[in-house]
Amino acid sequence: MADSKPRSERPLSPHLEIYKPAMTMVMSIVHRVTGTALYFGTVLVAAWLVSAATSASAFETVHGFMGSWFGRIILLGYTWALLHHLLGGIRHFIWDTGRGYGAEERSFLAHATLAGSIGLTILVWIVAYVVR
Amino acid sequence: MVELTLPKNSRVVEGKSWPKPAAANNLQEFRIYRYDPDGESNPRTDTYWVDRDDCGPMILDGLIWIKSKVDPTLTFRRSCREGICGSCAMNIDGTNTLACTKGMDEVGGTIRIYPLPHLPVIKDLVPDLTRFYAQHASIEPWLHTSTPSPEKEWKQSREDREHLDGLYECILCACCSTSCPSYWWNGDRYLGPAALLQAYRWLIDSRDEATGERLDDLEDPFRLYRCHTIMNCANTCPKGLNPAKAIAEIKKMMVARQV
Repeated sequence: MADSKPRSERPLSPHLEIYKPAMTMVMSIVHRVTGTALYFGTVLVAAWLVSAATSASAFETVHGFMGSWFGRIILLGYTWALLHHLLGGIRHFIWDTGRGYGAEERSFLAHATLAGSIGLTILVWIVAYVVR
Repeated sequence: MVELTLPKNSRVVEGKSWPKPAAANNLQEFRIYRYDPDGESNPRTDTYWVDRDDCGPMILDGLIWIKSKVDPTLTFRRSCREGICGSCAMNIDGTNTLACTKGMDEVGGTIRIYPLPHLPVIKDLVPDLTRFYAQHASIEPWLHTSTPSPEKEWKQSREDREHLDGLYECILCACCSTSCPSYWWNGDRYLGPAALLQAYRWLIDSRDEATGERLDDLEDPFRLYRCHTIMNCANTCPKGLNPAKAIAEIKKMMVARQV
């Protein structure tokens, strides 16, 4: 093997692009993405609070934007990201106790996270529109 | 480090299409990753056709059929052909498994085969597993004792022996570790599911007397805690083992010794 290529010149075998996504893997990625999205969501909350503390006109501007159709779409996404990340956190908490590792259990937990976050988001918005 | 795309020299290009066998009625299409270390070109995927009526039922049968009847340069590892040696681990139809225990009928349509993911490729379906074996060696997979050795063997109750079920069956095929995104991005510092399942196999062994030292060795943000329960390891293990669960048990032991 004296003339074999040095390790650094060997190609790297394909990974992400060829790996078939499983629900648990996808939910792990989505947990990260929603976690990142929450930073931006927190900025929204901070902007809203800062405007309220600044002046009535500043609050009207921010409040008006949040209430517009575009603002509501962003808030809908923020609600979902928050609830999805919350349920994902509970799923990880269950796993931290050593439970829920069986093939059916882990698949159920992954599916339940998605179904639960979508269901709760719809519920929150129905409640919001009813009590408004 | 997270790198979603392949380096330039690793990008896979379209390869050649090998002729279909003459007078065959039952054809199965294979698309197989090829890399020739003696040339300068990038890896490619070649297309082959296997005569199912002339070939055994498993993916490995198909690979051997291609090697003996179509293209003798096709290179892969294989030995026992019954799922106990772990040599023929590769990525088949998007999931890591053993070619010898995976049936052609289990894959719908074209059978796509790549080497185990995110490893340096030596040739075709043969990846370099040097680091994987070094990580296994690093967890010191043998009995550690400080009390004087008994006259005969170290004994263990049936109940204590049962703790090793689901662990001792690991054949170190590397399917789990190379399915793990954490291992892809941090394989230089994260031990990966296979080595950690082996670590737990010794941690939970009633005869082993180095539990504290073993846990000390694993207590590290990378070596153990890069596991983020993505579960690809448990989903892909061709022996039906659960490395994710073993890692969770190690994390529990870490907490238990501090409270």
